[in-house]
Amino acid sequence: MSEHVTLDIRDLRIEVDGTGNDIVDEVTLQVPRGQVLGLVGESGSGKTTVGLAVLGHARKGVAISSGSIEINGRALLSRSAKDLRAMRGSLVTYVPQDPSMSLNPALRIGTQILEVLEHHGFGSSQQERRERVEQVMTEVALPNDRDFLRRYPHQLSGGQQQRVGLAMAFACRPAVIVLDEPTTGLDVSTQSHVLATVRDLCHQHGVAALYVTHDLAVVANLADRVAVMYAGRIVEQGPTKAIFDNAQHPYTRHLTAAAPDINSDEPVIGLRGRAPAPGKRPAGCAFALRCELVTDECREQFPVERPVLRDHLVRCFQAGRGERLTPAQTPVSVRRDSESAPALQIRHVDAAYTGHQVVHDVTFDVPRGQCVALVGESGSGKTTLTRSVGGLHREWNGEILLDGVALARSSRDRPTAQRLSIQYVFQNPYSSLHPRRTVGESVSRPLRVAGASAREASHAAAEMLERVSLTAAYASRYPDQLSGGERQRVAIARALVCKPSVLVCDEVTSALDVLVQAAVVELLVGLQRDLGLSMLFVTHNLPLVRSLAQQVVVLADGKVVEAGPTEQVLTRPEQEYTQRLLADTPSIAAALAAD
Amino acid sequence: MSTVDTPPPTAATPQPVRKPDGVFKVALRMWRTRIGVVLLVILVGIALFGPYFAPYGEQEFVGQPNTRHVEGTLLGTDYFGQDVLSRALHGGRSILLLAVASTALALVFGVAIGLVAAYNRGRLDDVLMRSMDISLAFPQLLLALVALTTIGPEPWLIVAIVAITTTPRIARITRGAAVPVVERDFVGAAEALGESRTRILWSELLPNVSGPLLVEANLRLTYSIGLIASLGFLGFATRVNAADWGLMVNENRIALSVQPWGTVLPAIAIALLTVGTGLIADGLSRASAGIDRAKGDQ
Repeated sequence: MSEHVTLDIRDLRIEVDGTGNDIVDEVTLQVPRGQVLGLVGESGSGKTTVGLAVLGHARKGVAISSGSIEINGRALLSRSAKDLRAMRGSLVTYVPQDPSMSLNPALRIGTQILEVLEHHGFGSSQQERRERVEQVMTEVALPNDRDFLRRYPHQLSGGQQQRVGLAMAFACRPAVIVLDEPTTGLDVSTQSHVLATVRDLCHQHGVAALYVTHDLAVVANLADRVAVMYAGRIVEQGPTKAIFDNAQHPYTRHLTAAAPDINSDEPVIGLRGRAPAPGKRPAGCAFALRCELVTDECREQFPVERPVLRDHLVRCFQAGRGERLTPAQTPVSVRRDSESAPALQIRHVDAAYTGHQVVHDVTFDVPRGQCVALVGESGSGKTTLTRSVGGLHREWNGEILLDGVALARSSRDRPTAQRLSIQYVFQNPYSSLHPRRTVGESVSRPLRVAGASAREASHAAAEMLERVSLTAAYASRYPDQLSGGERQRVAIARALVCKPSVLVCDEVTSALDVLVQAAVVELLVGLQRDLGLSMLFVTHNLPLVRSLAQQVVVLADGKVVEAGPTEQVLTRPEQEYTQRLLADTPSIAAALAAD
Repeated sequence: MSTVDTPPPTAATPQPVRKPDGVFKVALRMWRTRIGVVLLVILVGIALFGPYFAPYGEQEFVGQPNTRHVEGTLLGTDYFGQDVLSRALHGGRSILLLAVASTALALVFGVAIGLVAAYNRGRLDDVLMRSMDISLAFPQLLLALVALTTIGPEPWLIVAIVAITTTPRIARITRGAAVPVVERDFVGAAEALGESRTRILWSELLPNVSGPLLVEANLRLTYSIGLIASLGFLGFATRVNAADWGLMVNENRIALSVQPWGTVLPAIAIALLTVGTGLIADGLSRASAGIDRAKGDQ
């Protein structure tokens, strides 16, 4: 690397106190001045732990046991706690995931930024510091007038809050900045602005940035280099283009195949299983358990890092081998029987949330056997609308027809048969399953409500578990023994067990990692094909829509702005709003093409 | 699924079925809980089976009053010339039964009110919880004294009055624990299935608040024992000259310097009983809050 290396991490090992199990091991990374390194991996891969280690911090119960971290040639890990405190916020700074949690709600934002400068003794006078506050506000594209600086965090939008977080991080002109999924909670348009700000600031001020995320599309658009982490180790790193175009490690190839892209109509490909937890990692390659190219060599020892090309390193014996990943299933060929009535009709629905109208005169159909994606940013009213369909939200007017029959407002007022024919899969699989009930009990419950005997119900439940690619053995487990993806499969099985006419999926993949998300999408596509399901799929994730839905309804501020076949809406949008939404959605293909 | 879809390694070899460790199991890993359980077992044993081992009858005259050394007695006689040890062995049963009965009654009503309030929210919640707040404003002991002096020291009245004054406290804790559970999606899933309200309260909510509830029940039991002992001390025993730990403390306190056992023995019994239930409550609360969990796991 010819450029000046600002952040230099070598052989970092981070252990759980007491047990000595490695959370992170053999991590070596360099970030040159003014560059952004994207650190990607699924949850639990240790990427946040590495990010925090750059600040000389390890969370409770965890310790940095060996290796070195240098910033501008100065070692960091050997410093005293006092030195580290002085360094954090000035030499190296951190932008956390959720700005609404990280800003002090009791302090005005101007005061908070000023506090950072004062604490680190920036500038020589109060006047100079105030000027720096105004300057840094301009840098992050926020107003810098007195009125704005006197606001409290709750008076700002999520995007503005994250910009204040960035302003605090950039205030003292740090050498290194660690960003931990800073755009996760933001809408795509806000996200694209925040990302542009991060990129500009790093390039302009020569800051080395470590961008921790699970979102590959963001990384493709932002990062100069990418490092892929799996089970606490870096398995591949290289220039962004090389990682996406010429991935060598099977895991990287799986990651890119699982990431949906707005500019490509290739279906996503999922991968089952989960990464081994610290203490359960095998002696050989940690990915061997899930890898289709695995050999005995892989099981025996962890491959060392070796270069593929200049700057492109990979840790795999099978690097570059293997076919291109292809989905096994054919895409859904939808029966277009215009004869049969739509499964679900939504007619002039208005809905209010605690008195405020959030859905205005929405009309659309879910044709039988098709998947309709309801797309919108947060606050667009999509969840309120779907909860109204499910009978969980009562403040609505208009007509919702199921198989041509009008539905009562609340699920309590609907006949049992009708209730069972609309089933709902919730966003968060960690809260949608009763924690003290076995999987089998949860899945068979709808049948028991329908009047089946315990025997019939548990038999059908076991069958449905097989259907969602779990085994019948799962029936006796409790939700806390399952991974997020497995839980969501159980929730889908529970929804499908009584053969509903309409399945409502409310952001069902947003709590899941990209590989798991892809596997769940594959499952839904397969179920739609085999069972002829009619589905209402709610999401804010536009790229995902393409692999799944035949129709798209775009919702903004509670109104339908555009509706039509998926291909048409996503490639030739007519409305300005949709066009802007598509333009703001980060795309891997577009980012690579632009380089 | 797809070509690359290898079944998860766990699917082939399912883990042994394991119910998530209950609060009790976690709590029992802590020494405080174990000590509490031992104390409780001993004291409950004495209260329930003590009368069978008592050398003399409950109201049997054995010798000169307020004397430490009387032939045939271990701990001497009380203010009325009765055997202190026998009185103490007899005196736990009523206090324990009254406390358990009143706490159980309060638990039934308190849990029902708390769950209904949490699940329905809105006006019903307001009405229920505000009326609970109002009844909380009356001091427990004072209310009990008023009722007992008006109607008389009947056992059912003691149970009723302790239960009524304990109910709002339990209702409040139950509601507090149930509100976040109501917002979780599996309750929505049950509603979408059209489960009845009763079933949702009983099988969706109740099992998920049992941790904090167990703690509260234990704590309330501790307080009920104290309250009933206080009532006994103030003279509201259910029978004339009945053996009762609270009453014994009062009867014999004048002779404390001459014959301390008459006061000290029942006092120790009450103390150990409440310390026992208190330790269990503490262990349970730590277990349900997840404190010491990491330590307990090892």
